[in-house]
Amino acid sequence: MMALNDISFDVNQGEIFGFIGPDGAGKTTLFRILTTLLLPDEGEVTLMGLDCRTGFRELRKNIGYMPGRFSLYMDLSVEENLNFYATVFGTTVKENYGLIQDIYSQIEPFKNRLAGKLSGGMKQKLALSCALIHKPELLVLDEPTTGVDAVSRSEFWEMLKKLRKYNITILVSTPYMDEAMQCDRVALFQEGKILSIDEPDKIRDGFRRKLFSVKASDRYKLITALRNFPGTVSAYPFGDSVHVTFTGDELDRSVYEYLDQTGIHDVLIHETRAGIEDRFLELMEQGIRHKAQGIRDKVGEVK
Amino acid sequence: MIPNTVISVHNLVKRFGNFIANDHLNFEVYEGEIFGFLGTNGAGKTTAIRILSGLSEPTSGEVLVAGFNARKQPEKIKKSIGYMCQKFSLYEDLTVRENIMLYGGIYGMRKKEIRARTNSLLAKLHFEEYGDRLISSLPLGLRQKLAFSVAVLHEPRIVFLDEPTGGVDPITRRQFWEMIYETAAGGITVFVTTHYMDEAEYCDRISIMSEGRIVALDTPAGLKKQYHADSVEEVFIKIARPGKN
Repeated sequence: MMALNDISFDVNQGEIFGFIGPDGAGKTTLFRILTTLLLPDEGEVTLMGLDCRTGFRELRKNIGYMPGRFSLYMDLSVEENLNFYATVFGTTVKENYGLIQDIYSQIEPFKNRLAGKLSGGMKQKLALSCALIHKPELLVLDEPTTGVDAVSRSEFWEMLKKLRKYNITILVSTPYMDEAMQCDRVALFQEGKILSIDEPDKIRDGFRRKLFSVKASDRYKLITALRNFPGTVSAYPFGDSVHVTFTGDELDRSVYEYLDQTGIHDVLIHETRAGIEDRFLELMEQGIRHKAQGIRDKVGEVK
Repeated sequence: MIPNTVISVHNLVKRFGNFIANDHLNFEVYEGEIFGFLGTNGAGKTTAIRILSGLSEPTSGEVLVAGFNARKQPEKIKKSIGYMCQKFSLYEDLTVRENIMLYGGIYGMRKKEIRARTNSLLAKLHFEEYGDRLISSLPLGLRQKLAFSVAVLHEPRIVFLDEPTGGVDPITRRQFWEMIYETAAGGITVFVTTHYMDEAEYCDRISIMSEGRIVALDTPAGLKKQYHADSVEEVFIKIARPGKN
């Protein structure tokens, strides 16, 4: 099993850098290496000027890590958890309180409550406070927003952006494609490989084909019809519409008549700008085609 | 055409001590509909789903699922529904075929019928070569598609999906939704929760829960219009936590 396959990237100081990809892409393995908890088999990893193999003692003092499963002690209170983390890192809550004030003040009214009794959103805030309490230069957040509702997610991103002023570098992973837009730069991750690294807007621009949003009231019928339409290159449901590309790039106007004949009479089509997820899908498709070609080549060699 | 109602909830209240998890819920779900059940964490969605699937008794109110009363006939409800969630649905140390056999047996299907369905199900998913593989050896995306197929194996009236697509890649997520569309077009009602707001747009109607109550219920287009929003996400953020904007 190759969890990470020859990946290379640089992260700048003070950046919010996102790793976007599904479960099993390798995000957690990468984060465990970056936090010095796991050694790479090959390759160089340098963090804050130190090698991850030899500099781990020094590095650990400077990294705040929030694993996917919150690293809180459920049978300790909110305050006890925070004090514990501060003590482990040889500091006090008082010393770095300014850094966590915005976040921690929201849960401070419940400081005597056991961590296990907190809601998901509150646990998230406490875990973030604990990861920050020793004032790390690098903050590593493994899927902090997974399973969290849309409101708490947007609040969480606001908190991260407020940390910018302290010049803390933030690495964050997420399976939610839309969250890529909140990062300064992102790496799209799939099956242990990086598909693309860039600013979110530039990744969107990487989608070079003309993209059309197609709407009709009967969506299942619409998707099926668009898949069958001979001029379709790709068709994927996106929210209340289907995103479609056509052969020859331009809108294939015969699609109107085709859909009409299949019983879809209320179709609306307009050109739209590709989002991160459109680009991710395109890169995944290219990867699949590439793999298929590789297999065909091998079969050819055997013959 | 008047749609057939398959879920009817009237003044549903569920209390735990002095905590009201479901506070007078009222809604109906129709046959063949894709119904999105949204809400903030801790809003009371899971409590309501447990009641709708016959696992928990309402404190008060009238709940009919597939024509059966949630208080008096929970066992009949359990036979009329399918259920899958992200965390657990299939036994990892059983093979694909064994899992299908087990679920078919639990739902009282005959062996011959199970065998026939198994083969058509595996063919449809292009899973033939995976039949004798352990679930633990399958990638997440395949597992989730299989779990869904197993949840509707006995052709229930309603299938409950609790965050079915968490963490899967975008292509699989779409294939999964196409399976949902197909199932609904075949007359099975799909009752789904999700944190992906774009998926909420795939639903015929959605309800949004906050602090034990349903605060909105309409088609995605209707809600966007009512709240002057471009997306369901915007609607959600506007109303799920009023006063916090």
